[in-house]
Amino acid sequence: MSAICLDISDLSAVLPNGQRVLRSVSLAVQPGEVRALVGESGAGKTMIGKAVLGVLPSSVRVVEGDIRLEGEDLGKLQPKARRTLIGARTALIPQDPLTALNPSRRIGSQMTDRLVRILGWSGERADTRIRQLLDEVQIRDPDRVLKSYPHELSGGMRQRVLIAAAFAAEPRLIVADEPTTALDVTVQKQILRLIVQLQREHGTAILFVTHDLGVVAKISQKVSVLYAGKVVEEAETAALFAAPQHPYTRALMAATPRYTEPFASLKPVDEAVLAGLASEIAAADQAWRRPHG
Amino acid sequence: MDEGRAQRRGVSPRLWLAGGWLLLALLAAIFAPLVAPQDPLAQDLMLERLPPFWIDGAEPGYWLGTDSLGRDLLSRLIFGGRIAFIVAFAAAITACLVGSTLGLIAGYFGGWTDRIISRVVDVWMAFPPVLFAILLVAVLGTGLSSVILAIAIIDWTRFCRVIRAETMGQSRMDYVENARIAGYGRIGIMLREVLPNVVPSIVALLSLEMGIAVIVEAILSFVNLSISTDDPTWGGIIAEGRLSIHQAWWVLVFPLITLILTVLSFSQFGEALKTRFDPVLR
Ligand SMILES: Nc1ncnc2c1ncn2[C@@H]1O[C@H](COP(=O)(O)OP(=O)(O)OP(=O)(O)O)[C@@H](O)[C@H]1O
Ligand SMILES: [Mg+2]
Repeated sequence: MSAICLDISDLSAVLPNGQRVLRSVSLAVQPGEVRALVGESGAGKTMIGKAVLGVLPSSVRVVEGDIRLEGEDLGKLQPKARRTLIGARTALIPQDPLTALNPSRRIGSQMTDRLVRILGWSGERADTRIRQLLDEVQIRDPDRVLKSYPHELSGGMRQRVLIAAAFAAEPRLIVADEPTTALDVTVQKQILRLIVQLQREHGTAILFVTHDLGVVAKISQKVSVLYAGKVVEEAETAALFAAPQHPYTRALMAATPRYTEPFASLKPVDEAVLAGLASEIAAADQAWRRPHG
Repeated sequence: MDEGRAQRRGVSPRLWLAGGWLLLALLAAIFAPLVAPQDPLAQDLMLERLPPFWIDGAEPGYWLGTDSLGRDLLSRLIFGGRIAFIVAFAAAITACLVGSTLGLIAGYFGGWTDRIISRVVDVWMAFPPVLFAILLVAVLGTGLSSVILAIAIIDWTRFCRVIRAETMGQSRMDYVENARIAGYGRIGIMLREVLPNVVPSIVALLSLEMGIAVIVEAILSFVNLSISTDDPTWGGIIAEGRLSIHQAWWVLVFPLITLILTVLSFSQFGEALKTRFDPVLR
């Protein structure tokens, strides 16, 4: 079966106080596709990524829907089998490369360790593989980097290391959660280019979380626009930019500064659009509550 | 690269002074029969209350003077170090093992595990420690092992509290989540990923606790509740010195200085070690 790489259907999650953080999210990512996930802060982008990777905070409870990785329903697997499956087929490129690396362990052992323990490779094979990946992310002095502790590298270097680590086990899907926001502006572009380059070469699907519509236009094939935990629009990237359908998408685009007028002030999302969205969400919640008590 | 880092750090005088004193005191205690100038138990009424060497009336071979029974003070301090160090190491290591393990578990697993452990710690810490120690020794009986046990029973909570808080902080870091995504189990993450990051604190606390154990042992000896043999202990010497403060101040002052230097050195040594062990600070 030519399985869809990631298939989320009708996923809803709630906080202990009953507030919904995800509202019937559906999202299908094809093998090798770059899917952008955009939306304002607090929209639930990170939450979707965590749900896929099986690391939702313990306070968040999934109440409905399912997630399939290459056809396997994660919810139906035993915890151990689920961990193994997620560990083998997915990886994360995190937002903050400093806290994502263990400060007291050398880069080398952190990178090879996983291949050895999760995929059962020999130490030698893992080492060769890691060096190959470091070369792909254009790290020219692998010996020094592998021996270093995380704080001895620059932010850009750390993110390169994490990108190399993410691709090393040949996952089918990578969740990249705002992978450049914590970086210096000057290295953001290089890192972005690297991710895209490796994605093409390895044919990995990426769920790319970002605020930046400019980035979306450059790297993704499809976009899901998220607002308050709800996918309000999903479209091919080109189509979305040519003719955004949902008023929130249009407002989001209007609020983004353009390269042609870089000094134009940031416009807030239009009030009327937000009011409309609020009532739309309220109506959806009403409808959702009826069958769910 | 390691040499470069050592240079940048420089030689910490704190580490060397504290470590130097501890090493000196420890070696003297280990080789007490060889280095002590006199038999610490030999009484000689002809030699009672000899002053230290720079004061008129001192006898050669009795460097720090003698007590009211004519016993050599330096030799008694050297032999007293044996019990001080045995108690320091045994009690601190026991307290550290118990407290750090529970702290790690509480901090990493959270939830009801944490609530139970934290509750026990709170209740435990509500007892005044010295009173608690005296009570425990009264129950356990005097003797080396009950003193060690009493100190460990009282002070494991110090380790538990600090290590719990540190573990909690570390467990929230992204690298822990990353390890979960990579398929690691909970115990594996706790031991391989989190533990190395709290080791610097464990080391610092351990050294501090050794100093505390030395004080507690001295207090117990002082109130005559410690080791009920004739072997000299620092607390015991201080208690005797207090009685003859007007005739022979040195019997009180030298053991006090020894005690204070040792306790301070333990805490300074711990702090200095912590900065050495910490990958980010060093
Ligand atoms: N650990 C948590 N426990 C409970 N609620 C949380 C937790 N983390 C986030 N939330 C809530 O879940 C919602 C979605 O958060 P999420 O982090 O997914 O947003 P986001 O779209 O990634 O935002 P940002 O762009 O700021 O990263 C928010 O309302 C947030 O307050
Ligand atoms: Mg986020």
